[in-house]
Parts: sequence; structure tokens; C-alpha cells
Amino acid sequence: MAQALQRAMRDAMAEDPTVHVMGEDVGTLGGVFRVTDGLAREFGEDRCTDTPLAEAGILGAAVGMAMYGLRPVVEMQFDAFAYPAFEQLVSHVSRMRNRTRGALPMPIVVRVPYGGGIGGVEHHSDSSEAYYMATPGLHVVTPATVPDAYGLLREAIASDDPVIFLEPKRLYWSKAEWSPDAPAAVEPIGRAVVRRAGSSATLLTYGPSVPVCLEAAEAARDEGWDLEVVDLRSLVPFDDETVCASVRRTGRAVVVHESAGFGGPGGEIAARVTERCFHHLEAPVLRVAGFDIPYPPPMLERHHLPGVDRVLDAVARLQWEAQS
Amino acid sequence: MTVQELPGATAYPAWKIRTDPAPLLPDPEPYRVLGTEAAAGLDRELLLRLYDALVHGRRFNTQATALTKQGRLAVYPSSTGQEASEVAAALVLEDRDWLFPSYRDTLAAVARGLDPVEALTLLRGDWHTGYDPRERRIAPLSTPLATQLPHAVGLAHAARLAGDDVVALAMVGDGGTSEGDFHEALNFAAVWRAPVVFLVQNNGFAISVPLAKQTAAPSLAHKAVGYGMPGRLVDGNDAAAMHQVLSEAVRRARTGGGPTLIEAVTYRMEAHTNADDATRYRADAEVEAWRAHDPVRLLERELTGRGLLDEERRGAATEAAESMAADLRGRMNAEPLLDPMDLFAQIYDAPTPQLREQSEQLRAELEAEAGR
Repeated sequence: MAQALQRAMRDAMAEDPTVHVMGEDVGTLGGVFRVTDGLAREFGEDRCTDTPLAEAGILGAAVGMAMYGLRPVVEMQFDAFAYPAFEQLVSHVSRMRNRTRGALPMPIVVRVPYGGGIGGVEHHSDSSEAYYMATPGLHVVTPATVPDAYGLLREAIASDDPVIFLEPKRLYWSKAEWSPDAPAAVEPIGRAVVRRAGSSATLLTYGPSVPVCLEAAEAARDEGWDLEVVDLRSLVPFDDETVCASVRRTGRAVVVHESAGFGGPGGEIAARVTERCFHHLEAPVLRVAGFDIPYPPPMLERHHLPGVDRVLDAVARLQWEAQS
Repeated sequence: MTVQELPGATAYPAWKIRTDPAPLLPDPEPYRVLGTEAAAGLDRELLLRLYDALVHGRRFNTQATALTKQGRLAVYPSSTGQEASEVAAALVLEDRDWLFPSYRDTLAAVARGLDPVEALTLLRGDWHTGYDPRERRIAPLSTPLATQLPHAVGLAHAARLAGDDVVALAMVGDGGTSEGDFHEALNFAAVWRAPVVFLVQNNGFAISVPLAKQTAAPSLAHKAVGYGMPGRLVDGNDAAAMHQVLSEAVRRARTGGGPTLIEAVTYRMEAHTNADDATRYRADAEVEAWRAHDPVRLLERELTGRGLLDEERRGAATEAAESMAADLRGRMNAEPLLDPMDLFAQIYDAPTPQLREQSEQLRAELEAEAGR
């Protein structure tokens, strides 16, 4: 996936001279995850810039660059490292278009490696999507497959709006049949995709939890469950249509994500599904999320992250009538 | 073996002082021109231009303050007393340059030629930015403190990459220098040698907090040294000195010399805004003392003393200012026409399905309201 992301940036930079990559360590080192490897060599340091170590400064400078007609692609090294840039994001990036009645759109991509499962120490494994989702004016997207990583990042760079591009860092090394020369057709931002068709319940998920849900769906087959897995891909805008079509068909839904459940994306998604599909539901929409705790130390993270068993437990609880 | 001689050490060991800090240091006293011998060499036309702008600016400030009392402006952070640095900032820029004002710098935007009504929409409350920033090359007035400074750096950097000799001038108050974005912007600008001029208007107070509680630095201009850019300390009420120092910094930026930090020492004669009670934190005597150092009077005294300002010229400046104020009053008294559907305009390039749904809801509510 890291290579697909890198290829997406390289292709975008080759096609459009206004695309600039910037961040801490993105140049000579190629990023701590090597996602920007080779870009500085190929396009020069003016197009792939090692900045001072200052997230607000990086994003703030990107705002000014966008005002002058560039399309900055900003890397925040780790999820929790993006917090110093939060004021720039919520006070300027997200609302500049609106403040200026469209005169200053912000075609900025903020790439944020996010989530756990890589044994990172404190501040290296947060899932911050709820904060971004709660900020009007941002698009929030996250790929779960290798082809989608390429296509979705191309879409994000081409977008005239700011896009928070959440990269599931534990999928960086995931391999898949994908040739950069023939990128798979990709759904645009705002569209969810059914990754596995099923009939007895829908798993609504995104990013790093997609492979978990696909694995759970395979395991559930043995217990007679035919699970549909919807990869949301885009949290903002949200694809009510695809989601509701699936839930209406299956009558049951579980939302699965790594970030904390309380005040998390799952609450929003469950509410939307309930409001729109109430008469089709056979059971309450359930959530499987990370615990409501600061991200735990790496030796304990497996107990925190929603895994296959926790998803299957939730699926079992969908037999609502039998329970009540 | 010293650290420098360690194998693998680069030409510039991280700890080695790389720049002689002395040329970066500001003079201990704010630079002044008016009332000194140096004033004799000043260009008459420039002085008169500054005078007109000061008179205009003062009138704009008093008119805007009056509009708050009539309820026509939600709020107005007055720059009365600070007009010299406000107008000098506007006048030193070429058309292609960009101004990055803070919320107190409406006057700088107006002095740059922006329609006063367009400049005041944020403070009236009908829209956040009443003009096209790209067309005017004036960034939206920034309410968060110092957050517009990195924007100025990014824009100047982008312009330089494009080969354009564009300069960005960014304005901030003394309180704003405590913010993290101030530090990050100055650091980026210096490292990138971006064509930016940072103008700090030190007006004594961040709302109620005096400078002594804001910083322990010898002066705000001294902060420049830590970033590797020159710091300049100027009498912010001396329009000629402000114009000179800003011009020099703009020229330096335009010719690849990098950024400059300028501290204008001035005073806010009015309260922070109409919602503030300045008597709680400063004595009348202090305010009165600054009246003797009023920027309009300083320049007037110079011009009169040199026989450059006659009654006719003075009258013309006053008359032009009065006519601007009357026009502003007239237009601000008209109720702005607002379309509630604008709430959903320009959130995204294309509205999300969620926003389409919500805008339909509002449309239905408005229709129901109209039909009632």
C-alpha cells in the first residue's frame, strides 16, 4: 500500500506542476514509512520539501501556498503528531472557502498515518477520525485496499477541497494484486463499496478494520452467518445510499472501527442507519470499537483493538429476537 | 578531539554559531524620524500622502467606533492611535504584494484601497469576508491570533517558487507574539528565506494584559535574532519612520534578502473593543501621555513646522475624510440583504448529500415562513 500511495503522489506530481509534497522527513529520508521515497530526487526539493519540525507551521504554510494556486500534499508523520496543526485545520483550512465565498478554495491533502497494530509507543497509534468528521468543510477518507490507496489519493489530490487522508499504517505493508500501470477503476470520494456481499447482516467499517471484518465474515460462515462487508472509504461525505441499501437488505448492522466508541464515528453511523432504516431493522445497530481509553501501550494493544472475535460476538448479539 | 572533529561531522556542526547576531539586533531605542534632523531629507509628497492617509484613517476609526454605538457593527477593535503603522503597512506594498491583516487591521485594508463597507462585513456580521482576497491581495481578517502568519510565509514561498517578486506583509499584535504560530511562521520564513515582512504592532496590551506579563524579551523585535532574521524597533506613531523601515524590509524581501521582523511601538487609545472596559487595567494619565505622541499630530507638527501644510491642504484632507465617513454611515445604515440559503453556499466545491438534504430543509422552512 505504501508503494501505491507513493505512486499516486508521483503520478499526480508528474501531471500537475502545482502539486507539492511537504512535511517532516518527506525529502531525503522518504518519510518514516518511505511513502514519499524518491519524490525529492525526482522532482527536486522545491516540490518535495523537508520542512522544519512544526505541524502548525507545515499546514499553515500550505494554506498560504494554496492561496497562491498550489496543491499542497502535507504529511503528518503520525496521527497524534497532527494535533498541533488542529487550529490551522479547523480555523482556516476547513472554512477558508466558506469565509471567502469560494474565492479561496483549499485544495490541500493532509495525509495522516493512523491507527494501531504496529507496536507503536504512546502517541503513535491514535485514530482521530471523529475530530476530523466533526469539522465541517473537510473531506475525510481512508483506503483499505491497495488499489484504493492509489485511486483515492489521486482523487484527494485532484479535489479542490481539503481532504484528510487517513492511511491505515498497519496496512502499509499489505500486498495485493495491483499493477501501477493499470490502476483499478476507483470509486470517487463519497462512495462506499461492498467488499463482500452477504445476506444476514452488514458490517459497516473502514480503513484498518476492513480486513478484520472480511476475516470475520469468512469465520462467520461456519456459524451460518452470511455477512456483507461495506467499506465506507469516505466518512465525509457519508454514503447513506450504499449503506442503507445494504442494511435494508440484511436487516442487521454492526459498525466496526478502532477509534473510541463514545463520541466516535460508530455513534453517528448507527444513528443515521437507525433514522433511515428503522422499519427494516431486526436488531439495534451495534458498535464494535476501541475502548474509551487513551491508546494503550503496545504490549496491551491487542486487547484494545477490535479483532475478529469481538466482531463475531457482536454478530451473535444481532439475534435480538432470540435474546429478548 | 573536539565535537567538530568527530568523524561524520558536517561542515556546520549543529551547535556552531552560524550567523553573527549583531547585525540582526534591533537598536535599543525605537527608530524615529519626525522631529529629528533626518526629517529634513524626507520626500514632501510622501509626507503629504501619509498625512492624507492618517487623517482618513483617524476618521475611519472614529466612524467605525460610532457605528458600534448605533448597533451597526457587532464589534470594532479600534486602531485609533495606531494609524501610522496601519497606513504605512498599506502604502509600502505594490499591487502584486499581499497583506495579511489581523482583526485589528481593518484600517490597513482600507488604506490599501479596499471599500470600507467590504472591509467591515466581518465586524458587521453579514459575512466573514466581504471581498475577494485574491483580487484585492488582502487575506481575510484573521480572528485567531497569529494563525495568518504561516499563511503569509506559505504564500510568499509559493510566489518565490513561481519566480514572482511578490512580498507578503503580515500584521500581528503584541499578544500574538506569544502564540505558537508566531514562532513557527518566523522560523519557516527564515529557513525558507521567504519574502515576508512581519509587523508587530506593540500597542501595550493584549486586551488587558500588559506587555510585561506577555514577554520577558528585551523587546519584541529582539525575537528576530533567534530565528536568524533582522529585528527592527520603530516608533509606531511616526508615520515617516514606519514607512522607511517597512519600505526597507519590503525591498530586502523582494530582492531575496529574506524576512524581517519589525516591532512598532505604539498605543491603543481606545479599549480593546467596545465590549472592553479599559479603565480597569490602565490609568487615564497613561492614556493622556500618549495623546501628546499622537501619530496625526506628530506628522502635522512636522509638516506645519516646515511650511508644507497649509490650511487648504489640511481642509482638503479633512473634507475627503468627512465625505468617506458620510458615505460609510449612509451605506452602513442600509440593512444588508441576506439570503439564508447562503448558509450552504461554498462549504465544498459540490455540496455533500448531507448538505443538500439540510439546505432543502431550510428552504422548506423559509417557504413555510413566507407563506404564514
